[in-house]
Amino acid sequence: MALDPLHQFEVHEIGSLQLFGHEIVKTNQSLWMVAAIATVILIFVLGARKKAIIPGRLQAFVEITYDFVAGLVKGTAGKEGMAFFPLIMTLFLFIASLNLAGMIPGSYTSTSQIFITGQLALMVFALVWVVGLYKHGLHFFSLFYPAGTPVYLAPLIIPLELISFFARPLTLAVRLAANMIAGHVLMKVFATFAVMLAGIFLAASAVPTAFLIALTGLEMFIAVLQAYIFTVLTCVYLNDALHLH
Amino acid sequence: MEAAAVKAIGAGLAACGMIGAGLGLGFVFGKFFEAVARQPAAENALKTYLFIGMALVEAIALFAFVIAAIILFVL
Repeated sequence: MALDPLHQFEVHEIGSLQLFGHEIVKTNQSLWMVAAIATVILIFVLGARKKAIIPGRLQAFVEITYDFVAGLVKGTAGKEGMAFFPLIMTLFLFIASLNLAGMIPGSYTSTSQIFITGQLALMVFALVWVVGLYKHGLHFFSLFYPAGTPVYLAPLIIPLELISFFARPLTLAVRLAANMIAGHVLMKVFATFAVMLAGIFLAASAVPTAFLIALTGLEMFIAVLQAYIFTVLTCVYLNDALHLH
Repeated sequence: MEAAAVKAIGAGLAACGMIGAGLGLGFVFGKFFEAVARQPAAENALKTYLFIGMALVEAIALFAFVIAAIILFVL
């Protein structure tokens, strides 16, 4: 029995799964990633299939999710932000499904890997640069020197703005990864308490077990919340790039 | 002093950064409770910002955890 709470984050090979001649699953991480994405694709393709005026349960769920993310994009980035709606929706569903897949007992949480979240954050960062430079040209750099600041404050304001701008992808990535790691480590620690107490004094192991049940509920909520936060911040950064301040 | 002991002390000091996040979360939720108590109709409008604020402040606590983990396991 691995008592080390960090053992659950190890990536190891589990054989190979081929699809049309390409290897899509090799490690436990890619297995759960493929499973989560396949589930999301299945739900949304099946849900959007029947375009009934009075939606059934699945179609209603798909429509609610669409409305939720669309309202989010329109609220933060405005009408021009809707051009990026497919990207934002994909981001939200990807992160939410990966986070929730990690809540299944025995699974692997892909978003706990800084490589995955860092890649997503770098994509958002690159998006901001490309959109800003394409839309505003070199005027994009006025983001670091807001109009109306006195000239003598510029040597203070510009490095500060630069640092906070370049800290954005870092905080995006670390926030998601650390939330997932901390949540799962905490759950593993309480589960270890419950098992160890059950060996000594069975009735006392109800306390860590009750806390573990509450913690699992909290982690499910945090899984969706972190996807929402990542998406909201992406929309805010996109709004910064589209409409400079 | 041996490296393992100093690493443990460093990790403990880094985890003290979570004090700020604890205070911050208290502020965020406290102000929300105050605002809803003054105007209960504002609850739905403020609820979105409550969760956004909570996640952003909680992230600071997790940055402290990440630094403590780096000190313990990487350095």
